[in-house]
Amino acid sequence: MKISPHWLRDFVDLPVDYSRLADELTLAGVAVEAISGEGENTVFEMEITTNRPDAMNHYGVAREASALYDLPLKPIEPKLPPSPGKSEVTIEIQEPELCARFTAREVRGAVIKPSLAHIAHRLQLIDQRPISNAVDATNYVLWESGKPTHVFDLDLLEGRRLVIRRARPGETLKTLDGIERKLATDDLVVADGKRPVGLAGVMGGFDTMITERTKNILIESAWFDPVTVRRTSKRHGLHTDASHRFERGADFESTVPSANRVAELILASGGGTLIGDAIDVIARQLDLAPVELDLREVRRILGEQLSTFEISRILTRLGFTLLAGGEDKYLVHIPSWRLDIEREIDIIEELARLHGYDKFPNTLPAYSGEVRDLPDAHKDARLRSSLLALGYNEAISLTFISKDDARRFSAAPELDLANPLSDQASVMRTSLVPSMLHMLAYNLNRGSDHVRLFEAGNIFEASSPDANSVSMPRELKRISLGATGKVDSEVVSGLAEGAAARPLSFFDLKGDVENLLAPFTHWTLYYDEKTADYYHPGRSARAVMDGATVAQFGQIHPDVAAARKLKQHAFVAEIYLDRLYQHDLRQPRYEALPRFPAVERDFSFVFDDSVEFEKIHESVCGLGIPELRSFVPVEVFRGEKVGAGKYSLLMRAKFQSTEETLRDDVQLLVWSDRITKTLEALGGKQRA
Amino acid sequence: MPYSVPTITDFSPSALDSAVRQLLSALDQESAAISSENDWKAFRDRWMARKNGVLTQLNELWLKAAPKDAKRDVGQRVNELRETVATKVEQRRTMAEAFDLARKMNVATGPDAGSTATPSDTGDGESTLGPKAWVGDVRKLLLAAERLDITLPGIRRPIGAEHPVIKTMNEMIAVFRNLGYSVEEGPEIETDFYNFEALNFPPNHPARDTQDTLFLAGQESKPLRDRLLLRTHTSPVQIRTMQKMQPPVRVVCPGKVHRNDALDATHSPIFHQIEGLAVDTNITFCDLKGTLDHAMKAMFGSSVKTRFYPSFFPFTEPSADVQISCIFCDGKGTRDGAPCRNCKTSGWIELLGCGMVDPNVYGFVDYDATKVSGFAFGMGVERIAIMKYGVDDIQLFFQGDARFLEQLG
Repeated sequence: MKISPHWLRDFVDLPVDYSRLADELTLAGVAVEAISGEGENTVFEMEITTNRPDAMNHYGVAREASALYDLPLKPIEPKLPPSPGKSEVTIEIQEPELCARFTAREVRGAVIKPSLAHIAHRLQLIDQRPISNAVDATNYVLWESGKPTHVFDLDLLEGRRLVIRRARPGETLKTLDGIERKLATDDLVVADGKRPVGLAGVMGGFDTMITERTKNILIESAWFDPVTVRRTSKRHGLHTDASHRFERGADFESTVPSANRVAELILASGGGTLIGDAIDVIARQLDLAPVELDLREVRRILGEQLSTFEISRILTRLGFTLLAGGEDKYLVHIPSWRLDIEREIDIIEELARLHGYDKFPNTLPAYSGEVRDLPDAHKDARLRSSLLALGYNEAISLTFISKDDARRFSAAPELDLANPLSDQASVMRTSLVPSMLHMLAYNLNRGSDHVRLFEAGNIFEASSPDANSVSMPRELKRISLGATGKVDSEVVSGLAEGAAARPLSFFDLKGDVENLLAPFTHWTLYYDEKTADYYHPGRSARAVMDGATVAQFGQIHPDVAAARKLKQHAFVAEIYLDRLYQHDLRQPRYEALPRFPAVERDFSFVFDDSVEFEKIHESVCGLGIPELRSFVPVEVFRGEKVGAGKYSLLMRAKFQSTEETLRDDVQLLVWSDRITKTLEALGGKQRA
Repeated sequence: MPYSVPTITDFSPSALDSAVRQLLSALDQESAAISSENDWKAFRDRWMARKNGVLTQLNELWLKAAPKDAKRDVGQRVNELRETVATKVEQRRTMAEAFDLARKMNVATGPDAGSTATPSDTGDGESTLGPKAWVGDVRKLLLAAERLDITLPGIRRPIGAEHPVIKTMNEMIAVFRNLGYSVEEGPEIETDFYNFEALNFPPNHPARDTQDTLFLAGQESKPLRDRLLLRTHTSPVQIRTMQKMQPPVRVVCPGKVHRNDALDATHSPIFHQIEGLAVDTNITFCDLKGTLDHAMKAMFGSSVKTRFYPSFFPFTEPSADVQISCIFCDGKGTRDGAPCRNCKTSGWIELLGCGMVDPNVYGFVDYDATKVSGFAFGMGVERIAIMKYGVDDIQLFFQGDARFLEQLG
């Protein structure tokens, strides 16, 4: 909203320059965001909060200044010539709830022409386009005192009457912007004897507007119900300066003075005769209830006591009237333009802001109580620090994905947005995977070929396929990992023995997942191949902890990767925190360190590909040799030497006793022999 | 002629002295002849091997053969010899290694080994100018040959970068935790009741327009207060917190919020907020000011000033916007003589909204507004991160661009 500070001088003798005025108004709650122009042409760009329609005009801002500087505010007193006769126009309010008051004035024989120079200049200064003296008069009054008014070509009104009613089924109205609008029966209209001629509080009608041919004018100045104006404005997508003010609450007492002010301006520019008195129809009286103000409450909320002198000064300058109402109490009468003031706290705010927020001292409240963490905070922190240590960068993606993706990456019912930003962002994400693939592709397209990312966030599922279900949708915490390119991509090869970059593999990702799951207590944890179909069927795994799937991960299916234009292998992991967090973090316990040295024995065997290591491991561990501390694979080899469909596996058993040093004796031979037999039973052939 | 342990028949001290001298002289001669590690191993084994080493033979031929009255004297001598031999063997090891190294590295000059070690030298075995210095030189040469170009880059295991927004958010949470605030969270999909109604946004109120809300589809047949939407602020968590606990309340509520804004350099449909709430008996506007002044100083440095000016939020009254003195120009409005772009020369940067909790809000959570009072505040995390890191495009936060993340990590 633009305000001319020079215009403010019509009403208050400002004691400060405009730059200081801007600062001080801002600190009093009518914010000046920017200043442009110089001298008399200085313009403030102001941001008036939505609760203060009374300050969305020059007089309202002047009133704030008058309270701020404790200066008198000059009244707006239209000087009208004697108005002979009586207007024959009739006004009928059929909807007293929606239109509490309607005032009209009739001007005959006016000449429609451009406005007087100073009027046009002021309007232009605040970015309002001058149209004609009659229309500009209404606009000037709107920016002067905040009251939206309207002018009709009286001769175009059927039956010289106005009826304020709801629109009838099927009625239409061509509004001033030239658009023919179908009206709803909830729309409040101003109608003449035959048809709607204005959308009440929003915009006038095209067919009855002022033109160069207009001679006789009817001025409308009314009070319309805020909610009705807002609904109509929204329904028709028509936000106007008038609707902006009416929907925030207009001044019930201003209908007559503002009609008079419009008339004064028209007469000054276009001549003509004012006919009779104002036609002022009050359908219902709108009185603002007085508010009790207790000085103790002022102190309780603000923390400091303001003097009764200052309280009285501030409120009086703002237009309130104070009556003593007992010890430390006042009864405050609310001026008609302050529809935002209904309660004691509203008055307290007025006092605080005009006293000046910065005058209140800074204090810290006393407090005794505990600081609580979120229940999973330590688990979140543990995973996050592990992920960072494993080299994954933390990413955040948008919460919305396309419907196709929602269905491709999850079987759960998705939640649609009613007003999505785009088709590509039309549903709440059901999985973190599509965004992760998107981010990997984004990086690859920008020359970052070696990328590791993770994202922690919620996915969303409808709790029932019925959108009307009363139960809240499910929000489930997930972590996704994405990795592509090489491991140690920046290592200078040859720098140290074996130092070199190498392509990332399934096992890199599996190792990371193992690291992430390790801190959580569990009885069993196994990996199998049952993964979603967007993973490579032979290079993906699911982690099952105590019977629940806590993660799935692996290489993305080549078809999915191709569709996403991923030019190299991409690996993704999903961790289901809602399930993983059922498990506590491991509470470490000390166990005596071994006192006797371990003995290692190697086993080199060739197996069919169908024999999985997990099975070998299980069988060997199942032998029940208490001294067998570990049985691990050391080297896997495939190739011509071994033969197709087979692989060679070097395994290492570690034996250790808690009682004695194991010597290369019969006992070790017996154990080794049992292991060899077990491996042979699995179809393994010992290598020479 | 290599030394062999003589059989002794005369166990008189003088005879023993002579035998010991002979043995030591042989030891010195043999040790001086060592010129490789292999020589040294042979030397060691000849003297120290369990089976048939010289020391073992001494046991057999001298000690066991000694008559009873000489056993004590012989035993003592044998023990001394044992130690002398062990020391010599150990000393000569470095020397032997040095010979090998010297050969390996083509060091032509060798030590005049024999001339510098004398049988009488029982100190460290070598004179300072002799073989020991030479051994040191050879070892230095070896270490020099093992020299690496330490200016080459190290083998770094990449460490992941924290997201600047999460990092900023955690820093802010830490500031309020230190002031006694617990952390609370709430759902991202909210009902109209929690996002609006209970925060004193009446139905059809223009204040709702400022929120650019994203709604879930298919909600029309539900009562307004049950309709689902994406929360537009973290303030609903205030309500959820007050519903489940009685004052005193002190919480911060971090989280993701959504607005119907297309992503561009200055707008984003998602961003993060931190909401704070303190409700108790006797909490005042001065406490609100003091708390936020303290928090801003903790976050941006003790020289930062705060400025409060009136604003409007339906759920607080009085409401305020808070500015901090520009951290780029120290509130001067100019930097190095040029206008400060960060504060647009005003010297102030707007950072958060706050206010005293509106009594209407207490009505929705069954608190007695005449007995308790409190304040709430909220701030955008991206806004602070943008300022802190000098980021010029909010989209960067949500693209997962590794270059960006690693830069700020």
